[in-house]
Amino acid sequence: MVTLGAIVLVIIKVLLALGVIMTAIAYITLMERKVLAFLQVRLGPNRVGPWGLLQPLADGIKLLFKEEITVAGADKVLYLLAPAVVMVCALLPFAVVPFGKGIVGESFLGIPLDQFDLGKGILADIDTGILFIFAISSLSVYGVVLGGWASNNKYSLLGATRASAQMISYELALGMSVVGVLLLTGSLSLVKIVEDQDWIWKWNCFRQPLAFLIFLIAGSAEVCRTPFDFVECENELVAGYQTEYSSMKFGMFYLAEYGHLLLLSSLVTTLFLGGWQGPILPPFVWFSAKVFFMLFFFIWIRGTYPRLRYDKLMHFGWKVLLPASLVNVVATAVIYSLYLGGKA
Amino acid sequence: MPESYVPIFVFLVVNVAVAVLIIALSTYLVKRKPTAQKLMPYECGMDPFGTARKRFSVKFFVVAMLFIIFDIEAVFLYPWAVVFKDLKLFGLIEMVVFIAVLLLGLFYAWKKGALEWQ
Repeated sequence: MVTLGAIVLVIIKVLLALGVIMTAIAYITLMERKVLAFLQVRLGPNRVGPWGLLQPLADGIKLLFKEEITVAGADKVLYLLAPAVVMVCALLPFAVVPFGKGIVGESFLGIPLDQFDLGKGILADIDTGILFIFAISSLSVYGVVLGGWASNNKYSLLGATRASAQMISYELALGMSVVGVLLLTGSLSLVKIVEDQDWIWKWNCFRQPLAFLIFLIAGSAEVCRTPFDFVECENELVAGYQTEYSSMKFGMFYLAEYGHLLLLSSLVTTLFLGGWQGPILPPFVWFSAKVFFMLFFFIWIRGTYPRLRYDKLMHFGWKVLLPASLVNVVATAVIYSLYLGGKA
Repeated sequence: MPESYVPIFVFLVVNVAVAVLIIALSTYLVKRKPTAQKLMPYECGMDPFGTARKRFSVKFFVVAMLFIIFDIEAVFLYPWAVVFKDLKLFGLIEMVVFIAVLLLGLFYAWKKGALEWQ
């Protein structure tokens, strides 16, 4: 029976999750600045609060009170719509990422927890989790293109076309590399994929090393991180499609960017590093620790590698990553069916 | 499970609400003093000339078309991967043929120069 109480609990769970995600995104920006600073033997932000811990808050307040400029000749509706599209598309996929094991008892305050996935460590346990994530997160290309086109600026348009071509090119390799994992698990549900990796040698990064590598590379191209950050290639394009955005609209693009980074880290953790699986400590702690490690890894890469050249980036995506991921799919299928045949 | 889409829907509504709230706050909270110079599109300090909605290289359209072909391939691969265990050898051979045909297509596009950026 659907009760009012259950709906209220769903809303509370959703708000809690959103609060955690937003806070995490805010502190990833601080973490990025701090880690980059230490990699470059600097101190990083350390004035606002102890160790600069209040910096994200200060940044947010500053952005909120900045004068908001709508550039002359902009397409007003699309100009407003673009950051909202990008932000929603960056946050929505978190609904199907399993962050913990199913929890506690049968009911809470007399409300049974067996409806609307209330008792599970995931907002929505749908059978097509991965498909949902790819569907929603690839929609954010629309936001990028709209934002670049609507701002009536040549740099924005150039940045947007480049960014969209890059995103769709690497999305292929990203999608194909996951097929290997799906073959082994036999399900599109992220919950099942995590449950399948219950021992460290069953983690998909060991069973699918090539797919893991392709996913890492294509993923960081997909979220436009260095060495693939052609979206805001500042010495050529000023700030790409964000050039004409100011105030909180820029803030939303910024939030979406780090939202995508967090999503990518959670996905790598879920698909290849065993998700919340781990001994002794509670599942959520394991999940957070692995995500934290992946975030650190991506920031580390940013601090280490220079940017590629655009033609090399496209060559690499189409001529190396895409064939490699297809070969990985075929190889996985052949080896796996040999293994299945040997067992039967 | 269909009822699992209820939390997704709630999450979507909350996200859209947050986005609208942020835009509304930044629109109504701040005093705006627009001037012609301030609203000018940025072009390294010079007055912008010509239109910003220029035509761009046809390469991008080629990439978009290739993307559609291979994305549809991915769409076929996903359900195949899920039911792979039940399809056994039949599914394996059929999919290897399918992937081989598409790889041939990729190499054809490669040799024709569709992937070059010069």
